[in-house]
Amino acid sequence: MSMDRRQFLKIAGISTVLGLGGASVMRGVRGSEAEASHVMTNEKALTAKRWAMVIDVSKFRTEEEYKRLIKACHSIHNVPDFGEPKDAIKWIWTDTYEHTFPTQPNEYMGESVKEKPFVLLCNHCANPPCVRVCPTKATFKRKDGIVMMDQHRCIGCRFCMAACPFGARSFNYKDPRLALKPEDENKEYPTRTIGVVEKCTFCTERLSKGLIPACVEAAREIAKETGTEPGMYFGDLDEPGSEVRKVLSACYTIRRKPELGTEPSVFYVIGGEKNA
Amino acid sequence: MKLYDGGKIIAGLIIFFFLVTFPFFLNIGKVNAKPEPKIDTPEIQKLAEKKCIESKAFMRAEHMKLLNDWRDSAVRNGERTYVNSKGKEFTISLQNTCMHCHSNKKKFCDECHTYMAVNPYCWNCHIAPKEKES
Ligand code: HEC
Ligand code: HEC
Ligand code: HEC
Repeated sequence: MSMDRRQFLKIAGISTVLGLGGASVMRGVRGSEAEASHVMTNEKALTAKRWAMVIDVSKFRTEEEYKRLIKACHSIHNVPDFGEPKDAIKWIWTDTYEHTFPTQPNEYMGESVKEKPFVLLCNHCANPPCVRVCPTKATFKRKDGIVMMDQHRCIGCRFCMAACPFGARSFNYKDPRLALKPEDENKEYPTRTIGVVEKCTFCTERLSKGLIPACVEAAREIAKETGTEPGMYFGDLDEPGSEVRKVLSACYTIRRKPELGTEPSVFYVIGGEKNA
Repeated sequence: MKLYDGGKIIAGLIIFFFLVTFPFFLNIGKVNAKPEPKIDTPEIQKLAEKKCIESKAFMRAEHMKLLNDWRDSAVRNGERTYVNSKGKEFTISLQNTCMHCHSNKKKFCDECHTYMAVNPYCWNCHIAPKEKES
């Protein structure tokens, strides 16, 4: 059998059209339910253009109070405690003034600031270096400014840890479940696994249910118990009337390592004895 | 024609035959046990309508894809409500939605997966429901 060019093109054309038609019929059959469904944000969800936090360290009096913030976060997110600094996983932690603001200290600074622990967490930078270096887009910036981690994509390369100037990221050198007692686990949230990086997420899973971050909630509880003002504020930086904007316009605030240009979304009010 | 050492050869052949077919004998009865995922959990018993997120046929064929979509939608887009093809709403969560109803992971998910030799790595992180004795 011989075929000229014209015949060949005709047959090829017709079979392509038939093939495409067949494929779309198959999609129609298999995907019908998926196409009729859709996803959306919760009606109750808290939303913002750019989430931000202000931490007023003058409002915290004891190490105990910081421990409560850390426990509130680490217990609901199944963050393990190996009891050894080299394996430590931290979403929220404390450090000294000098380590927090390394370019700021002067030798005449009062004990009240020098010796005070500062509470630290991911800065959710507007210009996050961790996002830029992540080869799998496991770390990415959400529309609401939160720098989120998609554990499903993390390959454990740790570029993000090298890129983050704030030490906000921890690597799972060990299986976190080794240090989590089953009865202490929050069954509603996953753990992580050996070989992935993790960090604070500004409690995205809580925001979607209409709840503020766990640490901010704990700070409010402490304030209620002691009859004082809470030391943590959370809100939309783009909203002039928001809680954080009110504090930012009323108090002098600083951010960690602003000279690096990452534009942190976490602000600090230092205070001191006079304001305390 | 004469077969030298005929007895040995035939005995050898018989032994060879049993050795080669041994795996088949060993598995007689086992291979045919089709997986029967159980939906008799207390949570499902309580439902007025014993229905999954989508139709049974769709879930059976597409649940892995649905879970992938759920994962991206919740983690990457912050959209944590799923509206199914009938307009019913579900919270997007493997641990809190799927496993709330299917609280018998071993007798449900694993029943099929073991048969099919798939081993989803999800449970390295997602906490599986505590198996109840039944
Ligand atoms: C409201 C309770 C409920 C929820 C939530 C639920 N299921 Fe189901 N599921 C059922 C019931 C009931 C059936 C049996 C449906 C039937 O027989 O028509 C079922 C059936 C299935 C089947 C088919 C089993 C078979 O024998 O073929 C799969 C697979 C499945 N579910 C997976 C899931 C996954 C994955 C999720 C989460 C995305 C989920 N289910 C969430 C109740 C639920
Ligand atoms: C009716 C049998 C059946 C039931 C019940 C079932 N699965 Fe599956 N599942 C399968 C099959 C078959 C595959 C493999 C599909 C493939 O390889 O294409 C699979 C694959 C998966 C995958 C993808 C795994 C991978 O490595 O890609 C996930 C995730 C999954 N199932 C989750 C679940 C969960 C969670 C449940 C219980 C709520 C469940 N399945 C119940 C049959 C089932
Ligand atoms: C490395 C750890 C890890 C592994 C492995 C993992 N997940 Fe996740 N998954 C998480 C974390 C952390 C979240 C975020 C939880 C949140 O924000 O509520 C999450 C969220 C999800 C969500 C949306 C929120 C929720 O509550 O369920 C789905 C759906 C999901 N994962 C499905 C899967 C499936 C399916 C697999 C296996 C194929 C899997 N995950 C494997 C860690 C993991």
